[in-house]
Amino acid sequence: MSAECLIETRDLVKSFGKTNALNGISVQIQKGEVVVVIGPSGSGKSTFLRSLTLLEEPSSGQVLFEGVDITDPKVDVNLHRQHMGMVFQHFNLFPHMTILQNMTLAPIKLKKMKPAEAEEKARALLKRVGLEDRANSYPAQLSGGQKQRVAIVRALAMDPEVMLFDEPTSALDPEMVGEVLAVMKELAAEGMSMVVVTHEMGFAREVATRLLFMDEGRILEDTDPREFFAHPNHPRAQDFLSKVL
Amino acid sequence: MDTIFSVLKNTWDQICADFYANFIDGDGWLLMLKGLGVTFQITIFALIIGIVIGFLVAIVRSTYDKTGKMRVLNAICKLYLTVIRGTPVVVQLLIIYYVIFASVSIDKTIVAILSFGINSGAYVAEIVRGGIMSIDEGQFEAGRSLGFSYASTMWYIITPQAFKNILPALANEMIALLKETSVAGYIALNDLTRAGYTIRSRTFSAYMPLLAVAAIYLIVVVILTKLVGILERRLRTDER
Repeated sequence: MSAECLIETRDLVKSFGKTNALNGISVQIQKGEVVVVIGPSGSGKSTFLRSLTLLEEPSSGQVLFEGVDITDPKVDVNLHRQHMGMVFQHFNLFPHMTILQNMTLAPIKLKKMKPAEAEEKARALLKRVGLEDRANSYPAQLSGGQKQRVAIVRALAMDPEVMLFDEPTSALDPEMVGEVLAVMKELAAEGMSMVVVTHEMGFAREVATRLLFMDEGRILEDTDPREFFAHPNHPRAQDFLSKVL
Repeated sequence: MDTIFSVLKNTWDQICADFYANFIDGDGWLLMLKGLGVTFQITIFALIIGIVIGFLVAIVRSTYDKTGKMRVLNAICKLYLTVIRGTPVVVQLLIIYYVIFASVSIDKTIVAILSFGINSGAYVAEIVRGGIMSIDEGQFEAGRSLGFSYASTMWYIITPQAFKNILPALANEMIALLKETSVAGYIALNDLTRAGYTIRSRTFSAYMPLLAVAAIYLIVVVILTKLVGILERRLRTDER
């Protein structure tokens, strides 16, 4: 195992009652990789992503982040979560805070950053996504695409080692998908490690360096995206592609 | 015409005399003012106790609902809620005064504050729990994913939103509490209601002291309702 291994899962199983959402997933994600996870709905891809940061507690198996087993009850997962940025389908901005407050809360409280410093950093990040003039707005005043861009920079404000995206464009109006994908592409180009659950096949093909195809809680294909779209091996993958493309 | 006029005049004179006898003579007004003060005192401090108890119980209960932790504490809280909400407040007041503090000499006002506080806590707890449960689970996940602990997520992200949502219900609880304290006379505490009653037994006026008491409660409640409305509008504007 190389020193560059960022996240590793070992035989990850998650069951809800009698059904298994994850059926033993073992995968290694290296630093700098842009991994796209696709698959039919109910295939367990969101559960897989959420279990990487233990928002979904695995029923068995291990998750290692930078070599540390974060599923070990003795490990303080909160510390490790500070290094994993998470972006949700429904943005989950804090409605009672301004955009700036949304972005500075965690750096100030958890990283003990000085408020002025955190604010300066937040403004710089907002500028990068073209929202510097919305710093003092409340989330309710923003469009869906703007909210998701804020959610991305809120996670970036913590300087994460990896960004996890859980269907970041699925709740957006079609004309707003592009602006969010553009930010994600830029992030990928800068070398950010990313794991992205998405239905955006274009993004998967153009941006991803690696593709996981999941069905029924298993990874059926783990391959190069271009390869996957040109020659899907598994019959389930062929069937899936014939429906979405 | 003349007779109607003289009847009206007589009635008016009667009312004036009644008013004088009840409220001016023997400083009845002062008695009622002091009573109102006691009523406020009990209400405010009981509400503070109620909110503290209520938030603690609600956090234990919703933590149990969300994570399954705090099983024992949750059971204790449930017992508390069942007993307090299942018995009348007057009975609780009497038990606390005559049973629990029977052998201790303690200010009756403090007994009343404790009783009404403990009672109110049970109702506040369910209001707060509803408020916490009404916050989208995504808010919780967003807080945790940034690295906040369960407790910090509650404190920085969930309770401020919950508090805003439950403010109207909390205000109603305060208004209900204000009216409920009118049974404080059961332990011979001179609150507003008992002041009216004392004047009544002194002057033998059938209506006036009681109507005055009712009018004062009404005025206070109307003012409080207005204030809460203003506060609510204030809180809402920052989201627009």
